[in-house]
Amino acid sequence: MSNMQLKNPILRWIEYRLPIFSFLDDSLGSNYPAPKNLNYWWNFGSLAGIALVLQIVTGIVLAMHYVPHVDYAFDSVERIMREVNYGWFLRYLHANGAALFFLVVYVHVFRGLYYGSYKYPREILWWLGIVIMVLMMATAFMGYVLPWGQMSYWAATVITNLFTALPWVGVNITEWLWGGFTVGNPTLNRFFSLHYVLPFAIVGVVFLHLWALHQHKSNNPLGIDIKGPQDTIPFHPYYTYKDLAGLGVFLLVLAAFVFYSPNYMGHPDNYIPANPLQTPAHIVPEWYFLPFYAILRAIPSKLGGVIAMAASIFVLFLLPWIDTSRVRSTKFRPVYRYFFWFLVIDVIVLGIVGAKPPEGIWILVGRLATLYYFVHFIIIMPFVGWFERPLPVPDSIHKPVLVSAGAAAVEAQR
Amino acid sequence: MTSAEHGHGGEMPRRDFLMVATGTVAVVGAAAAVWPLVDSMNPASDTLALASTEVDLAPIAEGQSITVQWRGKPVFVRYRTADEIKQARDIDATTLPDPKRDEERAQNPKWLVLVGVCTHLGCIPLGQRSAEPRGDFGGWFCPCHGSHYDTSGRIRKGPAPENLQVPAYTFLNDTKIRIG
Repeated sequence: MSNMQLKNPILRWIEYRLPIFSFLDDSLGSNYPAPKNLNYWWNFGSLAGIALVLQIVTGIVLAMHYVPHVDYAFDSVERIMREVNYGWFLRYLHANGAALFFLVVYVHVFRGLYYGSYKYPREILWWLGIVIMVLMMATAFMGYVLPWGQMSYWAATVITNLFTALPWVGVNITEWLWGGFTVGNPTLNRFFSLHYVLPFAIVGVVFLHLWALHQHKSNNPLGIDIKGPQDTIPFHPYYTYKDLAGLGVFLLVLAAFVFYSPNYMGHPDNYIPANPLQTPAHIVPEWYFLPFYAILRAIPSKLGGVIAMAASIFVLFLLPWIDTSRVRSTKFRPVYRYFFWFLVIDVIVLGIVGAKPPEGIWILVGRLATLYYFVHFIIIMPFVGWFERPLPVPDSIHKPVLVSAGAAAVEAQR
Repeated sequence: MTSAEHGHGGEMPRRDFLMVATGTVAVVGAAAAVWPLVDSMNPASDTLALASTEVDLAPIAEGQSITVQWRGKPVFVRYRTADEIKQARDIDATTLPDPKRDEERAQNPKWLVLVGVCTHLGCIPLGQRSAEPRGDFGGWFCPCHGSHYDTSGRIRKGPAPENLQVPAYTFLNDTKIRIG
């Protein structure tokens, strides 16, 4: 507990009964020590939190106008766009906000991969992050179904049909998910219910994520432990303001999409009302699901594809053991450094393949990229960690800072 | 220890037994209470009640297909030409991915009745209208992931694991069937 000296007698009265001010100060205020060397890649965690709040706030207001019924859903969304005051703005914020939320989270995940943030003692912190990502995917998928356009309907059909691949119980589980014999009104109703509640479940897991984070504090670009107070600076004002700067950039990008190209990441087919008797010629998921969709299609077996897609996420849970390296940060890993970027390229290639029809060369590219994804985690990561000789790691966080500051001072005196 | 601390001749002390028994009852009770929540998500009674659809075959010309809805799903009804029937029956069914003879799939060789949902991931195959592609085997073609079905609705090529499903149906008379 911090020894907060509150001057305001009212705040002091509250603090004595409910120590909320010292709690906040300890959690993300001046009494929370953070490594002094965090770079801008560490902005994406708090940014993801803000994106979540933006989704919840816009979503609550949109739900006041939306009607979860197959006969009214599409029209109610069009009414939001045309009649509700600022309805277009709220819906475009919500739709584009969801896409940018995924972008921010994916950067956050790759940052964790690069700097070894999943390694001891942050394994549970990492797992909670993956749980959040999976919950986000479920929430985004169900949200995409709500406008009840052609893409909504057929995305719901194709994705729920994945469960029919399960042996014996597949059809029963799928009809249980649908509440009928096809995607229909019961499906839309329950998706709305879950789409509303899951974000609050995400908030709960975010609290656990932060709790685990505060136990051992943030990792840092050097990937070495905090040795003492000389290695840290207070979260507030240093990182609160750094995060605010990043938030400004995020909001600029969001505004650029919302005001200038709000349907850039959408599909025109979703402005056609759902028709259960006609499948659109080319079904594509939202961009943030494309790499997983490519993995699903790469395996020429229905059950195999579903298993591979699930495994592509499950493998992330095993990272603390798969990575055999002694150092956390890839900065000090001369060999793995290249493989990290190969993985980034591989995931981008998977994303491109996921957007293409499964024909010709794309089938082969998709299979090779899927193979490489799993080879990276199952073979390259343990093997490279084992034979690679890491570069010398600094003794402490503040030492290289002081050394380079000293060098700069010498430089300045010349 | 005195015998009062033990159950009747058992190894387990009475208190442990009570703890385990209470815990077991609580778990079983909780599971039983969850079941109504889970089962409420299964198809409701009124959904199950929409189980049958009647189709009048008289207006369908030879070589023509129509699509009707049954349980919310499209059902393909095709009046097959003699050539299509021949194609479907002249093949050795045991060599197919999902081996079924056409005789098992069509009660009356002229009429083929199928659930028009691709067995891969649930898209609606093309081939009902004459302008649509019918795939390499003259039946239906699913545009989503490229499954080809023959004139008996059997999977011949592509990722779908099974033939197009044949729903339960009965001929009420020569020109009327009831599906379901």
